[in-house]
Amino acid sequence: MTEFLQSLIRGLGSGSIYALLALGFVIIYKSTRVISFAQPAFMLAGAVLVSYLAADIGFFAAVPVAAVLIAVLALGVERTVLRPMIGKPVFVVAIITIGVDVVVRVVTNAFIGLDVRQVGDPWGLSTVTLLGVEVQQRYLVMFGTTVAVVAVLFAFFRFSRVGLAMRAVAYDQEVALAQGISVGSVFALSWAIAGGLAALAGVFVATGAGVDQQLWVIALKALPAIILGGLDSLGGAVVGGLAVGVVESLVGTYQGDVAPWLGPNFALVAPYVLMLVVLLVRPYGLFGSKEVERL
Amino acid sequence: MLEANNLEVVYDDVMLVLRGVSLRVPEGRIVALLGANGAGKTTLLRALSGLLDVHDGKITRGRITLDGEPIHRASPTRIATLGVKQALEGRRILAELTVEENLRIGGHSRPRGIKQNLDRMYELFPRLRERRRQSAGYLSGGEQQMLSIGRALMSEPRYLLLDEPSLGLAPLMVQQIRDLIVKINAAGTTVLLVEQNATMALSIADHGYVLETGKVVMDKPAAALLADEDVREFYLGLRGEATAQSFRDVKHYKRRKRWLS
Repeated sequence: MTEFLQSLIRGLGSGSIYALLALGFVIIYKSTRVISFAQPAFMLAGAVLVSYLAADIGFFAAVPVAAVLIAVLALGVERTVLRPMIGKPVFVVAIITIGVDVVVRVVTNAFIGLDVRQVGDPWGLSTVTLLGVEVQQRYLVMFGTTVAVVAVLFAFFRFSRVGLAMRAVAYDQEVALAQGISVGSVFALSWAIAGGLAALAGVFVATGAGVDQQLWVIALKALPAIILGGLDSLGGAVVGGLAVGVVESLVGTYQGDVAPWLGPNFALVAPYVLMLVVLLVRPYGLFGSKEVERL
Repeated sequence: MLEANNLEVVYDDVMLVLRGVSLRVPEGRIVALLGANGAGKTTLLRALSGLLDVHDGKITRGRITLDGEPIHRASPTRIATLGVKQALEGRRILAELTVEENLRIGGHSRPRGIKQNLDRMYELFPRLRERRRQSAGYLSGGEQQMLSIGRALMSEPRYLLLDEPSLGLAPLMVQQIRDLIVKINAAGTTVLLVEQNATMALSIADHGYVLETGKVVMDKPAAALLADEDVREFYLGLRGEATAQSFRDVKHYKRRKRWLS
């Protein structure tokens, strides 16, 4: 039981990372209909930025500052690189985001060097005993922060004027324009939000492990998460991200005993297997849109 | 006064859709814009509200002025803020959002008044108040049309451009919408009404324009249009077939259907 709970919490912790990244993907997808492959780079850049800032202003100030700076960076990228591509085929734009990803990552790598950088988080690998189970503090922090961020985001989309405008753009751009909503600003804002979320996710990955040049690979696990949850559902992104984290963690813990013939490291593949199974049952993902329509 | 002068609109750089259209919408009035399919009515509305860009359209000549200020280069955002608002053809409500969210989105360009404007809309459309928390997609056709008009009105526009509000509605519902338009106009909003249902449009309009293949072919007070023989025949279907002496007389398509050009 202890083992199970530990594994579950570890899964929820790393699932939070995937959920934050997946949210970024989905927010950009919903407003611009493009999957932005630049998310991994923003995540890496966020972690690196914190590793530099933390020395001067402390970890807790560095995280929000870095998230805002990366958001501004993402907004700038959207304005300069992607804005001229509005109206071009989605495929072209997606490829451009890969280019953006490579550029940002190469530049960021120059600031990492060959060593592993530390983000200076206060948790490291230390543990706390929760209900008689020893768990790592960082996983609790990740999960808690993500819950808070998600709650704020959902309230933003539901109640705020700008959030509503973003949803309007997601459903029908012409209608949004006719209501006086600036679609361009919505695009830029969605990139900014996604950038900020990616930066936060990057910091989470780096806590307890440090930042190296391969950190961005983690972001690829957000892809099964968004497909799993449904490409256009924010709730789906969160659930999908957490599901991927938990499945990966549980498989990692038990697969060695239950099904050793699958070989070591099967946990790495598990999210993709989960994705395939879900797609077989629900081709549009768990929460993908089933259209409400009435004529 | 919302005014279009010699407007020429081209889609995709090749399709000339409006060929020198001039139109005046004086403040406080209801102006009807009639015409067959493809005459350019919707294009004219798009030009007025700045939405041509979405459809790859461009104003190549002429100008649009709002109280003398040119607005044909302005963004749709700016035009909406200036108080010209279009309710798109086919209602185009955001089906997955609730009724209230749809309305609040309509108030985007006037964030300060959202609360009282919501009350105003619920006053005007009591059905919407009952269903405010429901998904807008589950409203009936007529309710959706009310929502679409209400959404446009949320930012207190001075000019409301309505594109075929009677489209696909039952006759009773059409009457209800007509009464609503009169009410909206009486409350101080100028209305430019694009309609295929000419009877309905001319019965409430002060002035009417008839558009044909991108040109204004008639520009008369609504009463004069209602009495006009050609309009009666082609738009109101009122030339009695009973009075026709021979079958040849009823063959509309063989007869003159173009007034100018």
